[in-house]
Amino acid sequence: MTELHPGFLLLVGSLLVPLLRGNLRSWYVILLPAAAFYLITRLEPGLSWQAHFFGYDLTFLRVDKLSKIFAYIFALNGFAAFIYAFYLKDSTQHVAALLYIGSALGAVFAGDLVSLYFFWEVMAISSTFLILARRTPAALGAGYRYVLVHIFGGLCLLAGILLYIQDTGSVAFVAITARNPATYLMLLGILVNAAAPPLSAWLSDAYPEATVTGGVILSAYTTKTAVYTLIRGFPGWEILIVVGCLMTLYGIIYALLENDMRRILAYSIINQVGFMVTGVGIGTAMALNGAAAHAFAHIIYKALLWMSAGAVLHMTGRSKCTELGGLYKTMPLTLLCGVIGALAISSFPGTSGFTTKSLIIEGAMHEHLFWPWLVLEIASAGVFLHAGIKFPYFVFFAKDKGLRPGETNRPMLVAMGFLAFLCIFLGLYPEPLYNLLPYEMEPFHAYSLAHVTTQLQLLMFSALVFFLFLPLLKRTETIALDTDWFYRRGGRLFSAGLDRGLNGLNRLAERVFIDGLVRGVSHLVQDGPARLATLFMGPVWAVSGFSASRKREERQKLTQRFASGGLSAGLISLAIIVCAGLLFLFAGSR
Amino acid sequence: MMNETKDFLERPGTIRALWLLLWAICGLTVGLEFFFERRPHFDIDGFFGFSAVLGFVACALLILLAKLLGFALKRKENYYD
Repeated sequence: MTELHPGFLLLVGSLLVPLLRGNLRSWYVILLPAAAFYLITRLEPGLSWQAHFFGYDLTFLRVDKLSKIFAYIFALNGFAAFIYAFYLKDSTQHVAALLYIGSALGAVFAGDLVSLYFFWEVMAISSTFLILARRTPAALGAGYRYVLVHIFGGLCLLAGILLYIQDTGSVAFVAITARNPATYLMLLGILVNAAAPPLSAWLSDAYPEATVTGGVILSAYTTKTAVYTLIRGFPGWEILIVVGCLMTLYGIIYALLENDMRRILAYSIINQVGFMVTGVGIGTAMALNGAAAHAFAHIIYKALLWMSAGAVLHMTGRSKCTELGGLYKTMPLTLLCGVIGALAISSFPGTSGFTTKSLIIEGAMHEHLFWPWLVLEIASAGVFLHAGIKFPYFVFFAKDKGLRPGETNRPMLVAMGFLAFLCIFLGLYPEPLYNLLPYEMEPFHAYSLAHVTTQLQLLMFSALVFFLFLPLLKRTETIALDTDWFYRRGGRLFSAGLDRGLNGLNRLAERVFIDGLVRGVSHLVQDGPARLATLFMGPVWAVSGFSASRKREERQKLTQRFASGGLSAGLISLAIIVCAGLLFLFAGSR
Repeated sequence: MMNETKDFLERPGTIRALWLLLWAICGLTVGLEFFFERRPHFDIDGFFGFSAVLGFVACALLILLAKLLGFALKRKENYYD
């Protein structure tokens, strides 16, 4: 076996990172994904590595066009991200990133559900460290919530896989057609990672709290591995059209409400993945190719956007729009790269977004799916609004806050320049990307006068609305409640509610039963005989002509005797005899 | 700050020119539609300037919707602390 598994190369290669120091380590982590990229070019479609484990045939390496296109972009993005991180001196982050990227490659090459699940979980755990590594209290909290949500998603996937294997007797990961609880559970687990609302809040909660380079790396792998898994396993599931359309609009609305620049970008990931999920739901060759191509282009321009936001955060220590502005004066290159990323995400003609997203929208048109098509067009206009203009405008222009940070370090600029070049290259010359597409379809030409003009109309009028409505878009120092409210605040309220409800019930029960009833019974048992005796002796004392004070004295004496148990046996037997006599009299008179 | 001469992009003249440019580009994109025939796939996308109208209306509605939802969803930054 001459071929090496590109994912294993990164997983094993990560072990050496702690042994290296300084620039050597930086070069080493840049070269690893580059080597992985080379290995992927060597993999022939049809190749597979199999092993027999736990009574099942596991396939660690399944090579076809679908796995290769995702593997290429995963390795390429890793390469750019490590150039960007050249001056990062934190080997924990390097190891976590390599494990994360390596396991993402493992997931796209996995030919069976068991190894897919294994790599899925390694991704969840290793990526958490890219969040925790920022070492702020907010990052610790967000990382903790992030891993809990992914454990939940992973368990849904696992339960679905186990039921599915029991149903079909096969572990092979192929297109799933059966609609039953098992497959819906798997779909649910995958949609958690695809960040489909209402299971999406982990993304906008955690990614903006990650480190500068962590955000760049996180933005690519988890959601796009989920997109790959959907293309492979769930093509043509109509529900995905609904989920995808919802995601596109949801991402825009929240991004418009947001103040933190990296959170704006996090919400726009949900919006963009929505386009891909819709493409999977449409399920034709063109739409599936569109989902794969758009994932490829998206990883590049999204990483570029996260890099430019990261450069701003790195240089100014700020990430809120209300605290930024006017940076074009001292960070023109970062601005240029950020704008190229912003144009690409908006599918501006001449950029990679235009040549890839069009495939999905054309796919919807060809199938005459009116509503999905309309929503995707509306969302395309909305992308320009929230990511295309809002992000660069509020960070680099708007009101000058007097920040004069200067340009960021050279490796960061080189990485951004590389990705910016790719955005434009794939926009003007998309054929190399189209050749990688997994499914056979008619040749697609994005550039026609009609297509370019209508796209420009859509975008330029969005821009017009942005500037006309600018007063409504004024940034405020606020956050917007998302579904994470239910486990961040809702959990606390639930616990407080339970505290009030159950502990209140507890206190009430104590008052009624312990204080009331038990004491009552105890009183009855303790004082009962004395009271009875007093009742019985009352007439006797009255007949004996005792004064009121004498009566009280006798009563006290009697009570004391009962309490101390000092009542003579003679008196008790006398009382018993008297009672028995009375009983006999009453019974006899009947 | 007060003594610093205003940057090129901050001068009122430049801002007015940029506004004019934006309107001109919008007009140009609509004008280009005289040079090709729309091939509609649905009932509504056949009329002249459809994409321009869609872009404008969609974005206006999205902004208004976001603004309205903002009243219900926006909280102070320390809400979760």
